[in-house]
Amino acid sequence: MLFRGRYQGSSFFELVEIDHPQLRPEQPTAGVRAEASMPSVPHGTTVLAFRFAEGVVVAGDRLATEGHRVASRDLQKVFPTDAHSLIAIAGAAGPAIEMARMLRIELEHYEKIEGEALELEGKANKLSQMVRANLPAAMQGLVVVPLFAGYDLRRGIGRLWKYDVTGGRYEEAEFDASGSGGLYARESIKKVFRPGLTRDEALLMALQALADAADEDRATGGVDLARGIFPLVCFCTAAGVTEIDRVTLERVYREQVLVARTRTGAR
Amino acid sequence: MSMSFYVSPEQLMQDKAEYARKGIARGKSIVALEYDKGIVLVAENPSRLTKIGEIYDRIAFAGVGKFSEFDQLRKIGVRFADVRGYAYSREDVRCMALANAYSQAIGDVFTREMKPLEVEVIVAEVGEPLLTGHEENVIFRVQFDGSISDHRGFCAIGGAVEGLETFLRENYRTGLPLGEAIAVGRRALVAAANGAAPIAAERLEVCTLDRERPGRKFRRVGADELRAILG
Repeated sequence: MLFRGRYQGSSFFELVEIDHPQLRPEQPTAGVRAEASMPSVPHGTTVLAFRFAEGVVVAGDRLATEGHRVASRDLQKVFPTDAHSLIAIAGAAGPAIEMARMLRIELEHYEKIEGEALELEGKANKLSQMVRANLPAAMQGLVVVPLFAGYDLRRGIGRLWKYDVTGGRYEEAEFDASGSGGLYARESIKKVFRPGLTRDEALLMALQALADAADEDRATGGVDLARGIFPLVCFCTAAGVTEIDRVTLERVYREQVLVARTRTGAR
Repeated sequence: MSMSFYVSPEQLMQDKAEYARKGIARGKSIVALEYDKGIVLVAENPSRLTKIGEIYDRIAFAGVGKFSEFDQLRKIGVRFADVRGYAYSREDVRCMALANAYSQAIGDVFTREMKPLEVEVIVAEVGEPLLTGHEENVIFRVQFDGSISDHRGFCAIGGAVEGLETFLRENYRTGLPLGEAIAVGRRALVAAANGAAPIAAERLEVCTLDRERPGRKFRRVGADELRAILG
């Protein structure tokens, strides 16, 4: 392995591009249409993020689909990128997970080389460049549209961004959702969102929104009680990123989501 | 017409070694000590430029000598480790491979270039109980000519190595708690510099590789925390 390379900067993404191009994810040749050549690949479906009193909540379902088939029932779509930020991915699962992994290494690499972490805005901007670099693949159907959220330590608030395929970066003041069930999740959140939600309210809202998305969108996975598969819900606050444990998720789901949606008797 | 004079290889190497030693001796020394939960690195460093840094999850770096040179080595180490972790897995980034790469690179400069690197570095890795064959702590020291050595318990680099090693051989024992390990490290630095007054917390740079931290084990111990520990 190359020890002393040409690259002297502090970006891992660029380091791989310049000194280790063999490790770079292969970009498909431009101009080839997806339908003709692209084999079907797993797609992640619904992820969401919204602000609450202490910071920001990021959540996602666990299903990956390949056309009409289930590719995976317990895919992870929400990834902590460092102590105070998260990425949630929707779209082509392969490149999306790779992007999440790359962003995590990128932020850590910068912190180690420079001796201090990037500002939250800087992190969001970095992701924007990575989404833009994926544009040729997106043109062929391998679309990746992440959500990025974190706690801004300097301003003392939670913040979130959504992206489009061109790397366009839009900060959302309240909430957003992405993926095939994103529309339903967003509508669900919209009805109940207010500034200053408590931790418990936020958790319930995240589960309700994912249940609504799973209800309307066949590609979004709901809670699978038989297999014990639950959505991934993470809080990002001044204290850092915490993932909600399975026991809490199951309790809230059974007591507050499932009961309200259960009808007895035949139709 | 220019004349090139014959210089024997022995003479050339001796001159280079002497030049490197002089450069290294100008700066302050650093000690690394194993304590009950990991490894602690202690340096006297009143400046804001750091001499100790994080390389990867379980690996830390410390350098003495010319700042620009050892800081460059630190960055090369971070790049090496991150690329390895990206290409393989996070567990595949190992101290041994990095120390060997440093040894090669520094040794290469020593033999090929006019000016040797005026640096000496420590690469330390805290053991991971769940990783078979890597449960133990590992500390390597790489010198200006690329020579590499493996250390247990403690390791020192810099101009005052002999004094530090003498002091630590007498005063270091295994299984110290963090506070005591830092205190021993500070006393060693004072003794080796023939100083009387202890070094103030603000003038110390202390970092730990704490086995019990999840994920990244490296941590910088702040001045306030140091004051509380050292009293």
